Amino acid sequence: MNPTPYLPSGTVYGTLLNFRAEHEALAAQMAQPPYKAPPKAPVLYVKTANTWSPHGSVITVPSGVAEVEVGASVGLVIGEGGLVGSHVLLNDLSIPHASFFRPPVKFKCVDGFLGIGASLRRPADPSAIRVEVRINGELKQRIDFSQLVRPAATLLADVGEFMTLAPGDVLMLGCDLGRPLARAGDRIDISAPGFETLSNTLAQETA
Amino acid sequence: MKHARVIFEGREQHGVAHEHAGRPDAAVRLDDGRVVPQEDLVFLPPLAPTPRPRTILALGLNYADHAKELEFKAPEEPLVFVKGQAALIGHRQRTRRPAPVQFMHYECELAVVIGKTARRVRREDAYDFVGGYTVANDYAIRDYLENWYRPNLRVKNRDTCTPLGPWLVDAQDVPDPMALALRTTVNGQVTQQGSTRDMIFDVPFLIEYFSRFMTLSPGDLILTGTPDGVVDCRDGDVVVTEIERIGALVNTIEEY
Repeated sequence: MNPTPYLPSGTVYGTLLNFRAEHEALAAQMAQPPYKAPPKAPVLYVKTANTWSPHGSVITVPSGVAEVEVGASVGLVIGEGGLVGSHVLLNDLSIPHASFFRPPVKFKCVDGFLGIGASLRRPADPSAIRVEVRINGELKQRIDFSQLVRPAATLLADVGEFMTLAPGDVLMLGCDLGRPLARAGDRIDISAPGFETLSNTLAQETA
Repeated sequence: MKHARVIFEGREQHGVAHEHAGRPDAAVRLDDGRVVPQEDLVFLPPLAPTPRPRTILALGLNYADHAKELEFKAPEEPLVFVKGQAALIGHRQRTRRPAPVQFMHYECELAVVIGKTARRVRREDAYDFVGGYTVANDYAIRDYLENWYRPNLRVKNRDTCTPLGPWLVDAQDVPDPMALALRTTVNGQVTQQGSTRDMIFDVPFLIEYFSRFMTLSPGDLILTGTPDGVVDCRDGDVVVTEIERIGALVNTIEEY
């Protein structure tokens, strides 16, 4: 129907620690160095334009990286007037890392490391979205977007307290605990009722 | 050449820095030849639009003295964070300071503007990928610092908090970007002085480092960090961040 794959026209922001289970898994560490306190404001990062991989494309895993972490998420696509215009499925890949003290640029801003769904869906209640992640056809993760620390409206309000999201910007709702690992040769499918499935294949970088 | 992008007579125009009333760079010569004093123009960030949102990388703790000032040991690899374009404003604009905060400081930084697509660039070739330079003032509000992806976006990605300009200076006009004097004045008092030669990770290193894992595109920015000497700025303060050969970027703090 629409042969041109969707790519964002604005900045893509990711959100850390916005699933309850993800937050709880780190809770014991939050009072310890280097964090010293639980986060107060939303913890955001940017998926720069060099990371964008349309649906169906092959994503290169850098040489020396055995596995990547698959962060399936839903992005709120900002429309006119700063309201959410639509939703998109996203595959936020990371080189696995244990510390969240410093910005994750070298782990998350690698070329190709954001799979982007082919099409947008008009907004329904985002808390009703259920996402499934399959690797080579095998179900690896189910994500329930009713389990957010900050539901979409709260997240938008708390982010809007310090920065304005412009039309075309994308704000990800977060990636739940239990993010599967994938390696070169794997096919990753991220699906949700009402969305076209987002598929990407990993390939090892050749020198 | 020192290029500017300005709004004049209700539309965006390009021009170059021009002398006015005996003062260098005090005006802009528009492409139609008219010379307009700076005070009659609205300056935009001096960057051409890009087909995709530009990547704005910014360095923390990239001068040994500043790292010391902030009680951090010098990093072993670049400490980098990313901004969105909404943080950028032009020369002679206003930056908003939330009324209750205790410590909001400027950061005078050499900004590198990428000139051509850079992927796996070697240090010795790095300058071939620089299109030009400008001045950035990378304000931070320390009250909002948290130790999660620090410096977090609430500190560093606020609307209006990254003035940029006034000029994009062609790379060929800056023969040694690693030997430029920087200084900041607040209401005319010098509060920060340094030299780009004191960067921990210099421009060629940074281009090599980033382009190893992320392709840099024309118009992408690298803000290279700030030296010692940051002080709190209050409502109405006029902050001028200045770099030798590159320009003097004027900004006014406005409380809200």
